[in-house]
Amino acid sequence: MIELEHVTRTYRMGDQVLHALDDVSETIEAGSYVAVMGPSGSGKSTLLNVIGCLDRPSRGVYRLDGQEVGSLGEEQLSAIRRHKIGFVFQTFHLVPRLTAEENVGFPMVFAGVPRPERRERVAEALAAVGLAARARHRPNELSGGERQRVAIARATVMRPKVLLADEPTGNLDSAAGRQVLELLERMQGEGLTLVVVTHDPGVAERAGRVLKMRDGRIAERSRGADRATASARAEPVP
Amino acid sequence: MSPGEVVAIAWTALSRHRLRSALSLLGVAVGVAAVVILTGLGEGARTYVTDQFASLGSNLLIVIPGKTETTGGFPGIGGVPNDLTLADARALQRGLPNLRVVAPIAMGSETVSRHERRRQVAVIGATHEFLEARQLAIATGRFLPPEEMERGGQLVVLGAKVADELFPGESSLGQVVRIGDWRMRVIGRLESRGNQMGLDMDDAVIVPVATAMRLFNRGSLFRILLKTHSHEEMGATCTRALAILSERHDEEDVTCITQASVVSSLSAILTTLTLAIGGIAAISLSVAGIGIMNVMLVSVSERTAEVGLLKAVGARRRQILALFLAEAALIATLGGLLGLLFGWLAIRLLVWIYPAFPASSPPWAVASALATAVFAGTLFGVVPARRATRLDPVAALSGR
Repeated sequence: MIELEHVTRTYRMGDQVLHALDDVSETIEAGSYVAVMGPSGSGKSTLLNVIGCLDRPSRGVYRLDGQEVGSLGEEQLSAIRRHKIGFVFQTFHLVPRLTAEENVGFPMVFAGVPRPERRERVAEALAAVGLAARARHRPNELSGGERQRVAIARATVMRPKVLLADEPTGNLDSAAGRQVLELLERMQGEGLTLVVVTHDPGVAERAGRVLKMRDGRIAERSRGADRATASARAEPVP
Repeated sequence: MSPGEVVAIAWTALSRHRLRSALSLLGVAVGVAAVVILTGLGEGARTYVTDQFASLGSNLLIVIPGKTETTGGFPGIGGVPNDLTLADARALQRGLPNLRVVAPIAMGSETVSRHERRRQVAVIGATHEFLEARQLAIATGRFLPPEEMERGGQLVVLGAKVADELFPGESSLGQVVRIGDWRMRVIGRLESRGNQMGLDMDDAVIVPVATAMRLFNRGSLFRILLKTHSHEEMGATCTRALAILSERHDEEDVTCITQASVVSSLSAILTTLTLAIGGIAAISLSVAGIGIMNVMLVSVSERTAEVGLLKAVGARRRQILALFLAEAALIATLGGLLGLLFGWLAIRLLVWIYPAFPASSPPWAVASALATAVFAGTLFGVVPARRATRLDPVAALSGR
């Protein structure tokens, strides 16, 4: 469960103080599907980064599974990112010189997962995104949609509780984008908490909840489709 | 994250920029090769000089006129010491019956001619014992006969080169040459020996010592060589020889040098020299280290987004540090090994061209060159690697 209480994140730009997040309070239940929308600069990504422990609130309280996270040190934050959080980025962020399976296995290297187990889990994760056959391809040999699916395999290989996706379909054509979303939603259906930052109204329609942000605040909360529908829709993906 | 894995990941990063990595690697290689080659030359010079002394024969004492302490300069220069005479050599022979060899030597330069052929050579006045004292060998004929040192026959033994020059294509034995105004009969020819302590024995002639002193019209010997039976006797023999000569001259005006002391002090000087040039060469290693630092800084700034990803997937600070340090260490180590190879090849080439020069890099120089390279490379990798760990993950992910 993600709990934000009066979370504020400010940046200093020259003489000005910029409120990327301004007194945001929100609770996201475990296993839910939340879409975050809003114009650029409204604080969507900052919200995602704070939730993902890449960024820390300037003020306010952030609890992840009941644990106060905002005051933790760097080492503990990286441990949380390692074990509880999976990130999916708009630009994929695959390491270009590594193959798909090496990219997927990358987080496990730092978590100290033993090699044989790693190989097994990489194969599993790649199969889950339908890319078992592309394991030895490098990112530049894969299409955009395939790259993002590799990234999803990498984000889920450590079996996190929370999957955070920052405009995951932003660089994809609509067919590939739909495939990626269906994949994310299927994983959410299997118990992951999914938070997606998006401009796509279709995503908002299928999410359990939609947060619309403006000027660092949550301007509007609305219910999308319920979880059951979302996961039901994801089912047909191979 | 095992060390092998760190190196493997670092390797993939380096191999992505082959040219850049190869160039900084080459910088290290040149530095290490410089250390290996220069210390190899220094060590070669040391071995060469000490070998030269050893070729004079061991257990050798050299008595020279003049006293270091009283003149303050090099023995034989300055001051007006008494002559070192044949009678002194006689006295040493009598006073030190246990000596293996007492060999008085006179030295000068004179023109040796036969018909129209002339050659300015070193003329060494010696006795039969000289052969053993200087460890020379006779190629043909015989050496000066064992007779009283005061007897100066008109005999000459030619160095190999002199013999070849004066008697091209014929035997010199029994022939007559002129040395200055003197006619001398050739009784032998030395085996080719080459340079011995700056004196080319091939381009010298040897005549009886008494003859040489008359030839040069000189009453003083150049030096007296003493050879003991064992190394242990050398110190006592030196003291005794000085005592005998002091009594004869009424003052201590000669110096006795043991070959061992000369060798060890020369060896120490040349080792210091080797160390110094090795140190100078090591400076080039720090330049190579700066090269590594530059490459790593570029690498970190190019891979900002990758660092962001590392942070996002939960890599620890010290893991990120290790990854980048491993890259620097890898460049330094591979460059160092390549440098050792270069250095080794260069020294082999040198030895092939000049077989007489025993160039070889001492093990301590090889080890410290490699160690310095790895250490400097890694050290210069610290700043870029720390820069990577300190990047803000959010900014890094967006490539800022």
